[in-house]
Amino acid sequence: MTTCPTRSLLSRVLRRWTARLSLLVLTLGVLCAAAPDLIAPLDPYEQDLFKRLLPPRWSEGGDPMHLFGTDHLGRDLLSRIVHGARITLSVAIFAVLGAGLVGITAGLAAGYFGGLFDSLAMRLADVQLAFPVVLLVIVVAAVVGPSTLNLVVILALSGWPRFARIVRGSVLTVRELDYVEAGRAAGSGHLKLILLHILPNVASPIIVYASFELARMILLEATMSFLGLGVQPPTPTWGGMINDGRGYLHLSLTVSLLPGAAIALTILACNLLGDDLRDALDPRMDVDMR
Amino acid sequence: MIPFLVRRLIGAVPVLFGVAVATFFLVRLSGDPTDMILPPTTPEDVRLEFRARYGLDRPLWEQFFFWLGHLLRGDFGDSIRFGQPAGELVWERAGATLELALATLVIALAVGVPAGVAAARARGTVGDAILRVMTLLGQAVPSFYLGVVGIAVFAIWLRWLPSGGRDGIENLVLPATTLAVYFFAIVARVTRSCMLDVLNQDYIRTARAKGLPESAVVWVHALRNALLPVITVVGLQTGFLLGGVVVTETVFSWPGVGRLAIQAIYARDFPVVQAVVVIFAACFVAVNLIVDVLYALLDPRIRLR
Repeated sequence: MTTCPTRSLLSRVLRRWTARLSLLVLTLGVLCAAAPDLIAPLDPYEQDLFKRLLPPRWSEGGDPMHLFGTDHLGRDLLSRIVHGARITLSVAIFAVLGAGLVGITAGLAAGYFGGLFDSLAMRLADVQLAFPVVLLVIVVAAVVGPSTLNLVVILALSGWPRFARIVRGSVLTVRELDYVEAGRAAGSGHLKLILLHILPNVASPIIVYASFELARMILLEATMSFLGLGVQPPTPTWGGMINDGRGYLHLSLTVSLLPGAAIALTILACNLLGDDLRDALDPRMDVDMR
Repeated sequence: MIPFLVRRLIGAVPVLFGVAVATFFLVRLSGDPTDMILPPTTPEDVRLEFRARYGLDRPLWEQFFFWLGHLLRGDFGDSIRFGQPAGELVWERAGATLELALATLVIALAVGVPAGVAAARARGTVGDAILRVMTLLGQAVPSFYLGVVGIAVFAIWLRWLPSGGRDGIENLVLPATTLAVYFFAIVARVTRSCMLDVLNQDYIRTARAKGLPESAVVWVHALRNALLPVITVVGLQTGFLLGGVVVTETVFSWPGVGRLAIQAIYARDFPVVQAVVVIFAACFVAVNLIVDVLYALLDPRIRLR
C-alpha cells in the first residue's frame, strides 16, 4: 500500500487542536489578505472627521456602523485591520519564500560541493549574522527608500543565512548516505542528485524553520511599519496603525491595541504550527530554531 | 585558554572587516548627504566647501580607504550633523544603552530561570501549562507594542511611571520590562526543556540517593548543567537584544545608541550610522566569545579548541 507522505503529515499535524486553531487563524489571515474588499465592511481609506476615535460598538458611545470603532481620522478600524493583513502577510510570505530560495540554494550547493564555495558562502553568512538584523534592515530600508518591494527584498536578504546554515548542516549528513551513493552509481548528475535525492531528505527542517521564520518576518515587517520605514501611509499596515494610535493613547486605547492583537495572534499561530510540524515530522529535531 | 582566545580574536577580524566594508557601501547607496543636510538655497561655493570638508568630492574607493585607515585607529570620523567625533557620540550614549540591555537581561534571567525550573519540576500541572501559554505569548507580542500599551496603562492612566526619558531608576522600569518579556519567554522555555533532560540523568539519581535535600539537587546539581544551553541561547539572542534596544529606545525616548542610530539614519549622518553598526557588530562578536568562555568555565568537559 502506498501513502502520500504529504497527506499523512497533514493528518498527523491536524490531530492536534493547536495546529487546527493555528491553521484556522492563518487561513483567515490569508483570506483577508487575498480579498480584503469582500471581507472588510467599509472603505479603509474613507475618513469621517465627525466620527473620530469612536470606541468599539459594544462599549458606551459606540457606533453600530463601526464594530471596532474608528481611528484618529474617523476611518473604520476593522476594515483597516482586514486590509492591513494584505501588506503584513504578503510581505512576510514573499520574504520567507525569497529567503528560502536563496538560503536553500546556497545551503544545498555549499553542503554538496564543499570547497571554496562552501567557505565563501558560510563566511558571508557569518558576516551577515554579525549584524543586528533589525538595525541592518533599518539601515537598508532608510538607504533604498521605503516601498513594499524594497521591504520584501530586504527582509528576504536578511533571512537567507539561517536557511543556508540549516540546509547545509542537513546536507552534510545526508550526502554520505547509501541512497545518494546509489544514485551516483546509477549515473545521476549533480543536479539530479541534489534535487531528487538530497532535497527531499532535508525538507523536514526546512518546513519547520520556515514557519518560525514566517513569524519572525511578520514581526520585522510590523517593526518596520511601526518605525515608518515600511509601506507608507495611508496604506493600512498593522505596525503603522499601532504607531498612529500612539499619539491618542489618552483618548482611545483600541486604535493601538487591536492591530497589535492581530500581529500577536498571527505570530502565535505561526509558532504553534511550527511546534506541531516539528513534533509530527521529527520530535528529536533541534529545539531552538525559533 | 589563552591560545583559544587569541585564535578566536584573530578569527573575528575578517568578520568585523566584512561588516565594516558592507556598512560603508550600504550607507553610501543612499547617495550624497549634502542635499539632506544643507538647505536647498545654499550657495554653490558653500556646498562645494561642505563636500570637500567631509571628503564627499573624492572617488568612492578613496573615501573608503581614508575611512578604513581612520577606523583602524579608532576614529570613526566626525558626525555631519553634530560636528563632533562619531565615536564620541556613541560613547556618550553607550552607558544608557548598556543600562537598558543589562536591566533587560537581569529581569529576563531572574524571572525566566526560576520559572523554567519550577515548570520542569511541576511538569504536566496547571502551573506548567500556564508558563507554556506565557512563553508562547511572550514570543508573539512585539516589544514595541508592549511598550505602547505599557505607556498607556502605567504612564497615562495610572500615572505610576514616566512615559519616557532617563532621569532616574523609575524611567528604566517600563522599557526594560517590556523588552525583557521576549527574553523571559526564551529563557524560561529553554530552562524548562533542559531541566527536564538533566533531571533524568544518572548523576541526579545519585545525588538524591546519597540523601541530598531536593533543593540542593535541583538548584545546584541540576541547574548548573541545565544552564549551559540557556547561556548559549542568550548569547545567540544578543543580536536580537541589540535590535530590540533600537526600537525600545525609540518608543521610550531613551537617550541611547539605538535612538542615535535611528536619528542618524533619518538625517543621512553617515559617520554615526557606520560607527553604530560597526560597534554593535563588535559587541555581538565579543558577547559570543564571552559565551564560549563561560561555557568552558561551567563545564570542564568542554575543552576550548
